[in-house]
Amino acid sequence: MSKVNAILQGTLNWVDERFPLTSNWKAHLSEYYAPKNFNFWYFFGSLAMLVLVIQIVTGIFLTMHYKPDAALNASGVPVAFASVEYIMRDVSWGWLIRYMHSTGASAFFVVVYLHMFRGLLYGSYRKPRELIWLFGIGIFLCLMGEAFFGYLLPWGQMSFWGAQVIVNLFSAIPLIGPDLSIWLRGDYVVGDATLNRFFAFHVIAMPLVLIGLVGAHIIALHEVGSNNPDGVEIKKKKDANGIPLDGIPFHPYYTVKDIVGVVVFLFVFSIVVFFMPEGGGYFLEYNNFFPADPLVTPPHIAPVWYFTPYYSLLRAVTYPLFGIDAKFWGVVAMGAGTLIFAFLPWLDRSPVKSIRYRGPITKWLLSIWIVGFFILGFLGTKDPAYKFFGFIPGAPVAQLLSLYYFLFFLTMPIWSSLDRCKPEPDRVTTK
Amino acid sequence: MSCDEKVDCGRRRLLVATATVGGVAGVAAAVPFVASMLPSERAKAAGAPVEVDISKLGPGQMMTVEWRGKPVWIINRTKEMLDAMTKIGDQLADPKSDKNMQPEYAKNETRSIKPEILVAVGICTHLGCSPTEKFKTGAESGVDPNWPGGFLCPCHGSTFDLAGRVYKSKPAPDNLEIPPHMYLGDAKLVIGEDKKA
Repeated sequence: MSKVNAILQGTLNWVDERFPLTSNWKAHLSEYYAPKNFNFWYFFGSLAMLVLVIQIVTGIFLTMHYKPDAALNASGVPVAFASVEYIMRDVSWGWLIRYMHSTGASAFFVVVYLHMFRGLLYGSYRKPRELIWLFGIGIFLCLMGEAFFGYLLPWGQMSFWGAQVIVNLFSAIPLIGPDLSIWLRGDYVVGDATLNRFFAFHVIAMPLVLIGLVGAHIIALHEVGSNNPDGVEIKKKKDANGIPLDGIPFHPYYTVKDIVGVVVFLFVFSIVVFFMPEGGGYFLEYNNFFPADPLVTPPHIAPVWYFTPYYSLLRAVTYPLFGIDAKFWGVVAMGAGTLIFAFLPWLDRSPVKSIRYRGPITKWLLSIWIVGFFILGFLGTKDPAYKFFGFIPGAPVAQLLSLYYFLFFLTMPIWSSLDRCKPEPDRVTTK
Repeated sequence: MSCDEKVDCGRRRLLVATATVGGVAGVAAAVPFVASMLPSERAKAAGAPVEVDISKLGPGQMMTVEWRGKPVWIINRTKEMLDAMTKIGDQLADPKSDKNMQPEYAKNETRSIKPEILVAVGICTHLGCSPTEKFKTGAESGVDPNWPGGFLCPCHGSTFDLAGRVYKSKPAPDNLEIPPHMYLGDAKLVIGEDKKA
């Protein structure tokens, strides 16, 4: 046995002299000290990476059968649409690979939204983690782009009209808008040129950027160290060897913990993939089972669920301002609604990071914001004329909540510093 | 740029000049890639005019034809429809069609060459959905109890009258576009071209 060990050790030494394998293993896993009090909310970072891997692997296999071609085939169906049907019906296990990919898209947003909410709860965006947060916002935007480009590929009715609406958003920009949207489409209408370039963005450009940003996110995280539910810095209290007193090595402690999360996640993921891949019309919309028809918009169009809160922001603006159309301001509201998260590290002036030690103002305002975010998301799936219980009109509710959405952030420097906070503990607490 | 003893200004200048030239070359190299995303020559050539026979289009009926990949509506409006349109001017954003959304010859009450025949691009000026026809009037339309007939955009709820004029306080900023068109005889319409032959 010792002979085998000696050979293995020799091989490792040979590698280490040529590539920093052991030192990287230590820096990022076996000697990366994470706070010992991680809770439920800390599952979602590793789950997001798992979903990224699922999407890349299933995506590679889907490209082997998918054809980005808007031309009509011999039976009058667009080739792209037909190739997706072919994957579903004729490719061995194609249905499984596609459902994993389509469910993965929704799962990605579920875990990323929960991951971001964790950041809000525990102030993970605060100094010195501003760059981790900004890389994270980059990942979020990239993911939205990836989802949007990918959604055109099946070339169904929702694919087509969704892309039509979003590309036209750019035409609202004064002066350069109309030319910009033609440049994005590569044609005067959404067509074959658009489908081909969206395919290129979806399978090459965006994934490359996404992987780069994920790398930067993790490198930045491992430089400053993880936050924790108490929002106190574990690096302030170290033992004689310079190891944080409240830190435990990521491997094996958190790798093992995360495996539990992975198992539970895969349970839920499999239930969706095998029993409800359409997600009740929220994951795969019914109208997308019709091939794209440039002449007829489906009677009800709504984006996929993860875009609906922003879609509500877009629809909330219905009056012109400074002599520019309402359309432009709707687009601005939608864009600002996604980008405003990036300013959180500088908007939050609270003396403490974690929700555990923050006062009632923060708890109330944040709770209302979350509820509002859900209601905006719900209204975004509905017709503009929707009424709650048949009599409360949805449109003004969405306008009010949109206003609150932004006021929450814009007034944060004031209320976050006024709040009555409890003193932070010296070290992390465990129940 | 300050030069002290520790900096070799000659080399610094050379570096700056090289970086500038290199940068300019880099930007120039991006031009073909950016330009490659513009509509190709084939896409530009595809916008040929369309000929339509409207002899079978009865009063109150509507037909849709494709021109440059967009739906173009042709509506044969009845007398009642035209009368209803004259009463709603104060609810519209641009009742007199002052904005340049139509050729000169369609800048009139009915936004058309012949009063009854409307030719309009069926693409909402908000974000490009195709509005749905709501020709039924009143509560039956599902739009509004006082609805005089027109179009409702399913995406963001913009409403248009039967001349494609947009209602006030709706997301769409402009009236529907009237494409260039002309008649070759009584029932033959050409969309996409208006040169007097």
